[in-house]
Amino acid sequence: MSTTALGALVADRHVLVCCGTGGVGKTTTAAALAVEGARRGRRVAVITIDPARRLADTLGLAGTNDHEVARELWDPEGRAPSSGRLTALMLDTSETFDGLVGKYAESEEQRDRILENRFYRNLAGAMSGTQEYMAMERLHELHETGAYDLIVVDTPPSRHALDFLDAPQRLIRLLDNRVFRVMMMPARGAFRLASAALHTFVRQVGRVVGTGVIDDIIAFFRAFEGMEEGFRLRADAVRTLLAEDSTAFVLVTSPRRDSIDEAIYFAEQIATHGLSISGLVTNRVHPAFAGDTEVERLRTRATELRLDGVDDTHPDADAARRRLADRYDTLADLAALAARERTVLAEVAEHMGTSPVYVPFLPHDVHDLTTLHEVGTYLVG
Amino acid sequence: MELAQFCASSRIVIVAGKGGVGKTTVVATLATMAARSGLSVLVVEVEGKSGLSACLGLPPLAYEEVEATPGLRVRALSADDALLEYLDQRGLHRISGRLVRSGTIDVVSTAVPGMRDILLLGKVKQLEQAADAPDLIVIDAPAAGHAITFLMSPRGLQDAVRMGPVRHQADEVVEMLSDSARCQVLLVTLPEETPVNEVTETAFALEERVGIALGPVVVNQCLPTRWSGAPNAVADAARAGIDLADADAAALDAATGFVGARRAIQQEQIDRLAKMLPLPQIQLPFLDEEIGPEAVGHLADAFAAQVTAMKTLP
Repeated sequence: MSTTALGALVADRHVLVCCGTGGVGKTTTAAALAVEGARRGRRVAVITIDPARRLADTLGLAGTNDHEVARELWDPEGRAPSSGRLTALMLDTSETFDGLVGKYAESEEQRDRILENRFYRNLAGAMSGTQEYMAMERLHELHETGAYDLIVVDTPPSRHALDFLDAPQRLIRLLDNRVFRVMMMPARGAFRLASAALHTFVRQVGRVVGTGVIDDIIAFFRAFEGMEEGFRLRADAVRTLLAEDSTAFVLVTSPRRDSIDEAIYFAEQIATHGLSISGLVTNRVHPAFAGDTEVERLRTRATELRLDGVDDTHPDADAARRRLADRYDTLADLAALAARERTVLAEVAEHMGTSPVYVPFLPHDVHDLTTLHEVGTYLVG
Repeated sequence: MELAQFCASSRIVIVAGKGGVGKTTVVATLATMAARSGLSVLVVEVEGKSGLSACLGLPPLAYEEVEATPGLRVRALSADDALLEYLDQRGLHRISGRLVRSGTIDVVSTAVPGMRDILLLGKVKQLEQAADAPDLIVIDAPAAGHAITFLMSPRGLQDAVRMGPVRHQADEVVEMLSDSARCQVLLVTLPEETPVNEVTETAFALEERVGIALGPVVVNQCLPTRWSGAPNAVADAARAGIDLADADAAALDAATGFVGARRAIQQEQIDRLAKMLPLPQIQLPFLDEEIGPEAVGHLADAFAAQVTAMKTLP
């Protein structure tokens, strides 16, 4: 099998970001690409988010620490160059976020004040938003160590597919919120009127959501004072890393109409960020057991077999003929389906300026390194 | 069981499932089936573009209701719209614009996790209690793993906020969610290992942590029963006295071998699901046609046939 466009990415890029909607096999794709990278002798880290339990077990992801996957698991034949390494890690949003606060806090006292704040706990624990942020954060951290040739990132299943790109900026915007910043300033001089108006506004908001909530927020902004700069620099660094030529975005989809629509939407969105899709992976396409030019002939054959004269004297022969007709129809259905899926996907890939890579619907689940490598073979050729 | 009786067993049905399980198709199927049984139905799409409009052959949905077919109306709902409406109704129109413009809404909704969800569910409650409320409201819940978060948010908010109108709203939503005559969840999964594990976890979490009633679980995209999984085409050709070209024999065996293997996995997972999750199952076939009103109609037929065959209320 020749190398696919993805094979080249695995061989020479530094960062691969696997993105797409939920349920299309993003985590599996990320893990499989990482395995292929290691098999090519590269030092690879894969950041997974919420992997299925058996895949997590396979990769040894019991905790959230970096974990080097034993070589005999990803290279059982012992053929990979000795330089290859595979490190897997799983994301724990709250733990890493706490770590960051510790890093940028000027004192232990400031750190503790933030960590105990209820608004902060909500911020760190909220499902949407921080996961995306932390995925990018871990990516940056691993990049900085210089220990990896290739870092593969799985992105969280978001309500909005681009959350991971926007997350760092969103955090900065949150920290920059003018209303709460002015709230913290002493009310004097030119700011006095503005400040009074803001206090009225915030009081009104407090009446709707409860004043305790507002108090928590203000306490958080006070405690966080002076730390924004560190977060801002980090957000800029992540954005720069994602825009590098050595970073590639791999879009993962399934042949179902809804996920294809999402993929097209995603590619358009990513283009507005000045980035582009380098690979389009479609999981679970139906295998083509016959060419689409065969479909007519197969259907005709099925009809002929059903129409053949019924022979009451040989019921066994009749039943066998009908079963054969069912087989022809099944083959025709699958061939037509496989062809239709590929036509749609080829158009989509062309529209994105890349060539499609198909991973067929496998007759078994993907949860161990053997099946992961099987997927990888389809991915990279 | 009578179809109309099944469809009217609660006034709100929230359809939930991980991404990729075809949740939206099931929403359209359930709504179509209920409308056919004579109920007035409103489908509510929550947050974003889910493909619901395509399933029903409609242009993209808006905040305003549109009629898909007689008795079946559809609308979208977003947290921002719900918030603005909420503030307007309480005479707080002046702060709503500023809340959005200044970004303060982001700070506040971070401070009150689930506030957006509460506003959405509050709006659903309002639709349910309206004088001209439909017989059935079907909700296309947020995709991915957010369904639990979405439905747990009222309880979470009860812990975080002690008073005020948002707290009051949360109390009313919790009451709605825990009343099985008003509200239940229809879970959707696939006959595969990971989706089966996930739907089981979700079901227990919803029952224990949200206290919401569960309807049947829909196992979506089951292999069409007409597809043959029989091996050895050559043997049947010999029995029937038919000449079979080698190439055909190989292709037929490859195709039916694939179907047979997938069907074995499917059955194993369906059995496992039945054991882990004692809920009635509705099995919907994988459709090898473009998803649209016609395909949804076929799924509604399959759904209805299984409801009719069901013995008792789930």
